Amino acid sequence: MQYQTESWSCSYMPSSRGAIGGDPLEHIERLASENAVVIFSMSSCCMCHAVKRLFCGMGVNPTVYELDEDPKGKDMEKALMRLLGTSPAVPVVFIGGKLVGSMDRVMASHINGTLVPLLKEAGALWL
Amino acid sequence: MWVPIIHFNGIASPSHHHHLARGTQFPMACVHCGIDENSRNQTRFADLGELEQQPFHNHVDLSPSSMFSLKSNNITVASNITVASNNLHYNTLSSSIGCATDIVATTGAAAGGCLDTGQFMFQKGTTIGSSLGSGHIENWGESGIGDNSQQTDTSTDVDTDDKNQVNGVRRGAPIVTGSMEQSKIKTGDQKAGSESRSCKKESTEEESNVVSAYVQQLENSRLRLAQLEQELQRARQQGIFIATGVSGDIGHSVAGNGVLAFDLDYVHWVDEHQRLINDLRSAVNSSMGDNELRHLVDGVMAHYEEVFQLKSIGTKADVFHMLSGMWKTPVERCFMWLGGFRSSELLKVIGNHLEPLTDQQLMGICNLQQSSQQAEDALSQGMEALQQSLVDTLSASSLGPTSSGNVADYMGQMALAMGKLATLENFIHQADLLRQQTLQQMHRILTARQAARALLVINDYTSRLRALSSLWLARPRE
Repeated sequence: MQYQTESWSCSYMPSSRGAIGGDPLEHIERLASENAVVIFSMSSCCMCHAVKRLFCGMGVNPTVYELDEDPKGKDMEKALMRLLGTSPAVPVVFIGGKLVGSMDRVMASHINGTLVPLLKEAGALWL
Repeated sequence: MWVPIIHFNGIASPSHHHHLARGTQFPMACVHCGIDENSRNQTRFADLGELEQQPFHNHVDLSPSSMFSLKSNNITVASNITVASNNLHYNTLSSSIGCATDIVATTGAAAGGCLDTGQFMFQKGTTIGSSLGSGHIENWGESGIGDNSQQTDTSTDVDTDDKNQVNGVRRGAPIVTGSMEQSKIKTGDQKAGSESRSCKKESTEEESNVVSAYVQQLENSRLRLAQLEQELQRARQQGIFIATGVSGDIGHSVAGNGVLAFDLDYVHWVDEHQRLINDLRSAVNSSMGDNELRHLVDGVMAHYEEVFQLKSIGTKADVFHMLSGMWKTPVERCFMWLGGFRSSELLKVIGNHLEPLTDQQLMGICNLQQSSQQAEDALSQGMEALQQSLVDTLSASSLGPTSSGNVADYMGQMALAMGKLATLENFIHQADLLRQQTLQQMHRILTARQAARALLVINDYTSRLRALSSLWLARPRE
């Protein structure tokens, strides 16, 4: 069928240290637009692990930023919390530079069939 | 050990709620005055639903076919259930009333079936049996067992020689008293009351001795019941989940009111769901129009939303209870995933029953199956990571005989572990969301008729799992 099977090994690209921007939110948005699928995560967070596995299982290679390993991580975490209005701040998923949301939104869009088209549009998934 | 929860169903049919306002309709026990057994007025019944269809004789026939029967084991008592005390035996009164949580029928006549304590909840002072005449059951609602007069009268008929009479086939129909909450058995006021006491007759000296002894027993039991209810209330406030078997043990899970509330709510939900499904089934079989069918299907789907609400509340109250699945039957529990059913499994179950599907529908269902499977896998892996992480945390600092016994380390470990445990709630929540969304998407893809069929198939499947549980629990063992 049209989905990739899980035979893809999931390797995600490590965080890139971009230019030191002032506003953490801007920084986040810039990072998000650099790649098709961007996940802000923390290495100790298990839900983040689940989200990563979800994308890998679909054959997508997401770009992951571990906020606990980033010097500006704390600020970014706070900015994300403000953005989403929830705690914990992570995981947060951007596709094609646009905010998709946390695990529940990602899952909901996968189930209702809107995630795959979004991924294809962003070039993260091929037929 | 699985403790079944009290069902609020009536005996054979979906739950009814009976209101005190309809007090005059309660049937009464006729503890029968031995005079003239056949001239008693026709028995009157509460519209206890199914009881209306029971053939009923003047003398309370407590054979299994009669109005109520008692489940002799494992009734879970919830705190707000008013316990009916069953005086089916004059001579085994103490045992039958003795334990608030022990509703074992000691009479041979009332065998099998389930005590519907739900019935007794709102029938204060209900006495079951044949009435002694029409219209003499006023004041039911208020007085609890204010028909103490009736008690007395009926008890005058106790024949001291005949200790084995319990089933009312003989002259005395046993009295079943309703909630003791308002029981006011007044030993003193043994008046005839407003009831037309055509069965009132002269009582012998001997009989009146028996009467007072009986009444004394009743009074003691009433007090004991009140005490037990108080204890129950207190224990409940302390968050002890009370599960009772015949022996009346107190279970050890410290769960609190939230768990109890969820369990009860869930039972109610299941009953209501079954009712809706039955309506749907008859609609499908009766070739109802599509619009009405859609209405029914929407009703079932809306009702599904309720259970997810309940689970959300229950998860916040006690995530481990949800994970344990103790609120499900054993076989269901065995196949449970993260606190509920597996969406992908359900889709497989209905898969073959949906024809004919359009190409688009077929694709939609296949995609749904695949995406739900992927989401399940992702959450499962997340859970594994959580478990691994907990293991790592708890084994971080030195364990074993060479342990340094550093308290600060230990506390730090525990704090970390607590944080990780907290994410469990999120996982259960996501799993429930997944289930909810799968159902919603299925509803979107299918036509009303297909959706109806799918819901019926799911219900059949679940019912079979439950039936399997019952069979398994009841299997003969050496």
